[in-house]
Amino acid sequence: MADGTVPGLPDSASAVIALCGADAVTVESTVDRVPTLWVPVARIVEVLRLLRLLRTGVAQPYLMLYDLTAVDERLRKYRDGLPAADFTVVYHLLSVDRDIATRGQGDIRIKVALRGDFPSLPTVSGIYPNANWYEREVWDLFGIGFEGHPHLRRILLPPTWTGHPLRKDYPARATEFDPFHLDALRQDQEQEALRFIPEDWGMKRGTDDHDFMFLNLGPNHPSAHGAFRIVLQLDGEEVVDCVPDIGYHHRGAEKMGERQSWHSYIPYTDRIDYLGGVMNNLPYVLALEKLAGIQVPERVKTIRVMLVEFFRITSHLLFYGTFAQDLGAMSPVFYMFVDRQKAYDVIEAITGFRMHPAWFRIGGVAQDLPRGWDRKVREFLEWMPKRLDGYRKAALENAILKARCKGVAVYDTANAMDWGVTGPGLRATGCNYDLRKARPYSGYEQFDFEVPVFHNGDVYDRALAREEEIRQSLRIIQQCLDNMPSGPYKADHPLTCPPPKERTLRDIDTLIPHFLGVSWGPVMPAGETSQMVEATKGINSYYLMSDHSTASYRTRIRTPSFTHLQQIPSVVRGQMVPDLIAHVASIDFVMADVDR
Amino acid sequence: MFAALLAWLMSPPVLAALWAVVQAVVILLGLVISAAWMIWLERRLLALWQDRLGPNRVGPFGLGQVIADMIKIFFKEDWTPPFVDKFTFVLAPLLAMSLMMLGYALVPITPTWGVAAPELGLLFFFAIAGLAVYAVMLGGWSSNSKYSLLGGLRSTAQTISYEVFMGLSLMGIVMQAGSFNMRDIVLAQQAGWWNVIPQFFGFCVWSLAAIAVTHRTPFDLPEAESELAAGYHTEYSGMKFGMFFVGEYVGIVMVSGLTTALFFGGWEGPFWSDRIPFVWFAIKSLLFMSSFILLRAALPRPRYDQMMAAAWKVCLPLSLANLLITGAVILWQGSGA
Repeated sequence: MADGTVPGLPDSASAVIALCGADAVTVESTVDRVPTLWVPVARIVEVLRLLRLLRTGVAQPYLMLYDLTAVDERLRKYRDGLPAADFTVVYHLLSVDRDIATRGQGDIRIKVALRGDFPSLPTVSGIYPNANWYEREVWDLFGIGFEGHPHLRRILLPPTWTGHPLRKDYPARATEFDPFHLDALRQDQEQEALRFIPEDWGMKRGTDDHDFMFLNLGPNHPSAHGAFRIVLQLDGEEVVDCVPDIGYHHRGAEKMGERQSWHSYIPYTDRIDYLGGVMNNLPYVLALEKLAGIQVPERVKTIRVMLVEFFRITSHLLFYGTFAQDLGAMSPVFYMFVDRQKAYDVIEAITGFRMHPAWFRIGGVAQDLPRGWDRKVREFLEWMPKRLDGYRKAALENAILKARCKGVAVYDTANAMDWGVTGPGLRATGCNYDLRKARPYSGYEQFDFEVPVFHNGDVYDRALAREEEIRQSLRIIQQCLDNMPSGPYKADHPLTCPPPKERTLRDIDTLIPHFLGVSWGPVMPAGETSQMVEATKGINSYYLMSDHSTASYRTRIRTPSFTHLQQIPSVVRGQMVPDLIAHVASIDFVMADVDR
Repeated sequence: MFAALLAWLMSPPVLAALWAVVQAVVILLGLVISAAWMIWLERRLLALWQDRLGPNRVGPFGLGQVIADMIKIFFKEDWTPPFVDKFTFVLAPLLAMSLMMLGYALVPITPTWGVAAPELGLLFFFAIAGLAVYAVMLGGWSSNSKYSLLGGLRSTAQTISYEVFMGLSLMGIVMQAGSFNMRDIVLAQQAGWWNVIPQFFGFCVWSLAAIAVTHRTPFDLPEAESELAAGYHTEYSGMKFGMFFVGEYVGIVMVSGLTTALFFGGWEGPFWSDRIPFVWFAIKSLLFMSSFILLRAALPRPRYDQMMAAAWKVCLPLSLANLLITGAVILWQGSGA
């Protein structure tokens, strides 16, 4: 076009094409309609700098590196029209302003094709600070190097590990390995490999007149919320600097996606954010439904919304209780566990399980709502609000608790963007960004609820934001209860799983796909898809690549907790140890969500 | 010879001394037993306030739980980590428990019961409270562990803050009673008002100091579990940990007894004060012991710089003002008479 714009692509994509030259850029069309550009590896730093700053007349820059990951392309069959590549590094950028202004068109995906068995490319951690951990993760799992990276070392796997598991030549099954042995010698070696050496991280052991204490907090500590280790450089009780260390809870969830069928992977998603239950199923099945072209009935959408809001409540209640406990108040958590049990009673009555129902299906849910579900939901809706009022008086309005939280571990929206912070932690900085409003999915546009936004960005506001979200979730559940549509609980589509069975004994054309769909699992059309949802702890998304097979070619799980932990040092430097504990409590993470 | 010995034994001063020993032993046993059952009380009351049951399996109402716990802790391996300073490491829990017990010697329980009533009784208590911090500090230091050290440091910082106003908060009482002797202070209250009324601010400040002496929530910073794992006693286990643990409860019983004596008229009750003095004393003590537990159930923990700021900026001026006003009132009353 005359003004340099490309139809169907945002102005920013045109700017990238202008920078690199039209011949050098390949535009890929994806199922999820995220603008996707392949740029030459030599220009990647320039491209990201352009998109991050957007000085050249394009407003609303992409301030957040939403995700950075890689794909081993060597075995992929369906990649017509894409640049030749052995590995691809994928940068997913997000502009919150742009997303709000354009109602969900605020992201862009940049891909870089790499050749060779162990390729490398320049780091972008100078442009996006949170690229640091993402690049370490890619190096750890794919063996792709990042030139100029400050600390390119393993992050999820132990430092003694050999091999890079997400490569296609790395085995996925335990039977392909020798049996695991841990003798005393090896145990000592593993322990020694974990020893923290301050110099490796550019830290000093002391100044001229005094020494620093290096305190190893975790991986086993009452306030570490799981197997999380953070090494503190202390001057008295002041945190001079700290190094979070993760990976103790890594179990290869992304690799498992490559050998499970599309259907049988659903229970694995439940265990990513293990407090989120079916909240984890949602982005996965939504992404797959986009790929398969399934439109789900209204009843399915509403049932899903109701259940994920139940899980938002149980997750936030756990946050609330442990938050108070980390600040030294021992009682609230017991009351909140009672409430969680009430919620789990409803969830169990509907799904048959408490924490990990794995109840959503491709194209629907596992079963229709049981008789009498409305009575149980109503009981919960009557029970919860009074309790919340009590907690506010007993916990959040306590003077000591306020003194511990107000003005502690403050960060602003710019810092949140730099580190990829989403969810209540972002909304506590005054940024009104909730995916349920910004890019509604599963019928959220039909619900009437507020997005709680607070402005101080401190520990207290993050707690308030979650407390208020519980109330809003109750509102949403009330609306589900009052307006539950009737109709089927599953889409009528051959790729749903298990596939429709009604006509199988009457015509062979239904019987055969049903047989294949049940025995192999559905075969998804080739393509790329993704779905973001506003999960309990921030934005969670599944980025799935199908190679026209029964299993995913690449499953990328972007979890909010991963980036939130990376942000810790920038927030707590100069604060005291109890402030660090308060901040860690206010992040609301689970290590399963971090390490996957 | 034998008759002479018997006569000497039956002589009034020796009998009195023997009686004092018997009293002391009974009080000591009573103290330790009530401290042990205070563990049960705490667990049951916390459970009550936290919407759960607590230990209710061993014996009636779970009262036997304490015995079961005792047996367990006595038979646990008495493990001393190889990296500690052994002498100090063993000394610290001994100090923690014995000093708190020593403090109880001062408490006048009834008109006739009580271990000792030295003329400078209150000063003796301050000395004990000052020494008690060594238990925590030495425990934290000798463990040779970072969490323990941080707990010990916090304890030292905390002590410097509360000891000053604790001493001053009680000076109003001393001025009113004209004595450091605890028994005299109780009797002075029974002649007039209970000290909690004229010395209300003193009482408020003393309450905070009393919690701080026992390292209880919200002044449990040296062992702040969510921050320092177990703080100063991270490396302790078995009976040595048990002594820290029971020492804390002995401290609570002692401080509750002191509060009863200093501010609430000791054994004086609304009726039958001379017939059932011990009952009144026990009821009052139990009330304060329970309020320690209620505080633990209700409050979060301040940061230790906030705690120190409150100590120096609020409690210290308040107790100084209380001291000056008490002095002025006494002078004014004295000149009027």
